[in-house]
Amino acid sequence: MSRRSEQHLVVNPIRCDGFGHCVELCPELITLDEWGYPIIAAEQNLNRPDVHQSAKLAVKGCPRGALEIRRVKGN
Amino acid sequence: MTRLLEGANNTRTPLDAHEARFGSSANLSISLADLSASGLTGHGGAGVPTHLKVAFLRQQSRGVGYVVVNAMEGEPASQKDRTLLLNNPHLVLDGAMVLANLLDADSVLVCVPRNSKDVAIAVNAAIAERGSRKLRGPSFELFTPPDRFIGGEESALVSWLDSRNALPTFRPEKPSLLRIGRRGVLVDNAETHAHVGLIARRGPDWFRQVGTPEQPGTALVTVSGNGAPKILEVPYGTPIEQILSGAGVSGSISGVLVGGFGGSWISGRDLATPFDNHSLKSVGASVGAGILVALGPTSCGIAETARIADYMARESARQCGPCAFGLPAIADDLASLRVGRGGRQVLKRILERCGQVDGRGACRHPDGTVRMVRSALSVFATDAAAHADGRPCLHATGARLMPIPHATSAEDLEWS
Repeated sequence: MSRRSEQHLVVNPIRCDGFGHCVELCPELITLDEWGYPIIAAEQNLNRPDVHQSAKLAVKGCPRGALEIRRVKGN
Repeated sequence: MTRLLEGANNTRTPLDAHEARFGSSANLSISLADLSASGLTGHGGAGVPTHLKVAFLRQQSRGVGYVVVNAMEGEPASQKDRTLLLNNPHLVLDGAMVLANLLDADSVLVCVPRNSKDVAIAVNAAIAERGSRKLRGPSFELFTPPDRFIGGEESALVSWLDSRNALPTFRPEKPSLLRIGRRGVLVDNAETHAHVGLIARRGPDWFRQVGTPEQPGTALVTVSGNGAPKILEVPYGTPIEQILSGAGVSGSISGVLVGGFGGSWISGRDLATPFDNHSLKSVGASVGAGILVALGPTSCGIAETARIADYMARESARQCGPCAFGLPAIADDLASLRVGRGGRQVLKRILERCGQVDGRGACRHPDGTVRMVRSALSVFATDAAAHADGRPCLHATGARLMPIPHATSAEDLEWS
C-alpha cells in the first residue's frame, strides 16, 4: 500500500465558516450541505494524483485554514 | 442492590462514618492489572473501559498532572452524580485518589455544575475532612464550571479548566490526549471514580460478581416518568421493565428514552431488554449516562422529542455550522410536526437533515441529537405519520414529561 492511500482530507468544523471555496477546488471529494458547509466524502481515493492535487488546492484555498490532509492509521 | 449508595440516607456521610462503612481510606491503591481485570467501563455516557484510558495516559512521556472528577451531569434527566456526591462523596474521592496515585498525578480537580450549590458544599466539606486526616496522595480542589448540556463533554471541561472557555475542541486523532497547560489529564465520571474506590478495597473478582461479562458491576440509573425522578442502583443486565417497576413507574408505557437526551427511544414492546450496552444494541440504544424516561399513555413521543430537540439546538456551542444551523432546522421541523403542520414532506426533510448533520461536529452533540430524533421517528412511526397527515394526537400540547431547563436565549448562555 502506498503512503498516500493512508491519507485523508478532513475539515476542522470549528474553523470552517462555510466560505465554500473548497467545493470549487475539489468537487471530487466535497459537496455542500443546505447551509453551505462542506461534506467530505467518506470514501476518498487520494492515491489518484488528480484527486490528490485537487485536495491540496482545497487545503491551500481555504480562507479559514480549516482543511488538512491527515495521515490516518490503518485504512 | 447497593454498592455505591450503601447507607445513603440523603445526608453527607462524614469521613469516619464512611470508613466504618466501607473500610479505611488510608493506604488504598489499585494496579492497572486489577483495574483491567475488573472490566469497569465509564459511567458518563461513552462507556469506554476505564483501564484503557489509564493505560493510554501512562504512555505519555510528559506524565499526567491531573485527575478530573466529572460531575457536570449536563443531561437534564440525570441526577445520579449529584445523588452520589450528596450521600457518599468520599467514595468518589477515594477512587480519584487511587487513580491519581497510579498515574503519579498530584492534583484531583472535582468539577460540579455552578448552580449545584448543595453538591459544592458537600464536596468542599469532604475535601476539608481529608485535609485534616493527611491521607497520602494528591491534593483536591473543587471547581464549578458553567451549567451547559455539553459542559461535561471532556474536551469542553478540560478547556474550561485550562482557559475558562467551556467549548469542545476538534480532536481528529483517537484516542487524543487532553492537557491542562502542558500536562496530561485523566477525566472520568464521578460514578466511575466511586466504583474504583470500591474495586481498590474489594478487588476485581468481587466487582464482577454482578452485572454482565462485558459490562460488570452496578450502575446508577435515574428513572423518570410519572412522578419525580428516582435514582436506583442496579446490576448491569437488569431488564428495563424491572428497573422501571423498581422506581414505581407503572401503567402502560409507549416508549422509553434510554441513555439521555442524546440517547435513543425504545418501544414499549422492548422493555424486557436487559440494561447493558451489548443487549441494548439490538434495539439501537446504549446505557449512556444511566437514564430512563418512561413515556406514559397521556404523553406524546413526537411532542417530547420536539421539546428535547429544541433544547439541544439551544445548547449547541455554535462552533460548527452543521450543528449551529442543522439542529435548529430539525427542531423547527419537529415543532411543525408536533402540531400537525408540514405534511409528509416534513418527515422526509427531518430524516434528510439528520443525515446531513450526523458526524459533522467537533463533538458528539449533533450526533446524539439526531440519534434521538431518528429513534423517535422509528419507534413512534405511526404517531409521526398521523401528525404529518394533520392529525396530531390529543397529547401533543398536553402535560410535559421531560425535565427541560428553562429556555435561555443564545446570547444568555454562559460558557466561561
